[in-house]
Amino acid sequence: MRVRVEQTSLPGIGVRHDLITSSGRTVGVVSHRNGRRDLVLYDVDDPDACLASIPLTDDEAEALADVLGASLMLGQLAGLRQQAAGLLTEQVALPAGSPFVGRRLGDTRARTRTSASIVAVLRDREVIASPGPSFQFEANDVVVAVGTRDGLDGVTAILAGDTGD
Amino acid sequence: MHSTTALLIEVGALLFALGMLGRISRRFGLSPIPLYLLAGLAFGQGGLRPLPASTEFIEVGAEIGVILLLVMLGLEYSASELVGNLRSAAPAGVIDALLNALPGAAFAFLLGWSWEAALVLAGITWVSSSGVIAKVLGDLGRLGNRETPVILSILVIEDLAMAFYLPLVTAVLAGVGLLGGVKALSVAVLTVIAVLVVAIRYGHAISSFISVKDPEALLLSVLGLTLFVAGVAAQLQVSAAVGAFLVGIALSGPVAHNATQILTPLRDLFAAVFFVFFGLSTDPAAMPAVLLPALGLAVLTMLTKVFTGGLAARRAGIALPGQVRAGLALMPRGEFSIVIAGLAVASGVEPELAPLATAYVLITVVTGPLLARLTDYTWFKAMVRKRMVLRRPVEPVTAAE
Repeated sequence: MRVRVEQTSLPGIGVRHDLITSSGRTVGVVSHRNGRRDLVLYDVDDPDACLASIPLTDDEAEALADVLGASLMLGQLAGLRQQAAGLLTEQVALPAGSPFVGRRLGDTRARTRTSASIVAVLRDREVIASPGPSFQFEANDVVVAVGTRDGLDGVTAILAGDTGD
Repeated sequence: MHSTTALLIEVGALLFALGMLGRISRRFGLSPIPLYLLAGLAFGQGGLRPLPASTEFIEVGAEIGVILLLVMLGLEYSASELVGNLRSAAPAGVIDALLNALPGAAFAFLLGWSWEAALVLAGITWVSSSGVIAKVLGDLGRLGNRETPVILSILVIEDLAMAFYLPLVTAVLAGVGLLGGVKALSVAVLTVIAVLVVAIRYGHAISSFISVKDPEALLLSVLGLTLFVAGVAAQLQVSAAVGAFLVGIALSGPVAHNATQILTPLRDLFAAVFFVFFGLSTDPAAMPAVLLPALGLAVLTMLTKVFTGGLAARRAGIALPGQVRAGLALMPRGEFSIVIAGLAVASGVEPELAPLATAYVLITVVTGPLLARLTDYTWFKAMVRKRMVLRRPVEPVTAAE
């Protein structure tokens, strides 16, 4: 569902964007003309007043946007390991001698064979979210996979190249 | 002693002293303006230690200070912001003008002053200090608050209104009478409208004329253009300050942003000199006599500002705590009031005006930011909340009808 983001101009300062969450809280961002930005949280008792105004640097804002955005969520999942119903997330480093270095993700047929999904690849500290079948592996890639314990072990085995085929 | 040497010693010592004063004021979270004014009082005629060698330098510096204050004010706003804001904020702006300018004028008549002096005092009590208020809002972390746009739009209207008021006062004080004043005003109106239209349509073209890449060239061209236009405006009796303000508005985009960064230290320097100059031209001996009237005027016009802000916030659908915050935030007067008073003092309209304006600005600029903090205290919040609860039962009745 689309969320309504309201924009208010602050003459001489910049603009403010805010939205009301379904839990009734208001969150906003004040963007200053000079590039500075503040994350603002509003008071429950007095919805006109902000409770906190947190200045964010460019890097901090980007990091926060990544955390909130889908791309980093997948990466973060790997660290959380708190999946429901026996579903697990794991980071699997592509072994140096893996037969899949330089080959495509589709070639592993990991999902068909193990029913575990490769949801992201971490490369050079970057997150490549939901890679498609034509995604090409490189050495030192770390694969983020979601699946059951057996499925994840299967993926590890496939990537290591010891599945017998 | 060689006169240049004496000048260096005096100016150097003065600036260093101002630096120390600024540091002290920041430690207490106050605007340094009152301390600069006090420093001016101390060094002026009849003060502790007059500065004879640097008078001329300070006078010119003060003039540049006013111009820089105004060009920076113009740079803060884009022309479309000024115009776009106009319709929605105009009623609040009119209420603001009536509630705050009239007490000033009435007060001047009460003191038996001329109508020219009344016009000046009306301006002094009318305009809040956008610089001080924007800083207070930032310091208190209120930029995100919902009443903040209301406060800012009142400030915008005031600043824009100054573009019409200053030429009028300049002309009237120059002794051209009411007719001459009207003429200057109409020149100003046409100029301001022309600048706004040009700035909205061709702002980027004007700005692209000035290079952003070379800071030195940017500094020289923006400063040069501003001083030149201010000078021409003064020649036309449209007031140098308004000329500078219009240059600031006409510049936009990256040029405005970079010019702000480059000019800020210069503005800080010369604006401080301006405040000192204003203090210098005020005789401290005249202060005690006007202290009580200034206090009365300050209390009266601070109350009207609270009322203005509260009313404007209420129109924007802000609840009671926000209305109180908006009202209290609008209280400080500052640089603009002194610019207006400075014009009057230069023309020698009323000898008591300068000490009164100094005392008035001292009072409002010190107490204003302190009172703005009032709304953050828990006992104050509790008090406001109690009032809201008391009022609430009344509302559903009217809503049901």
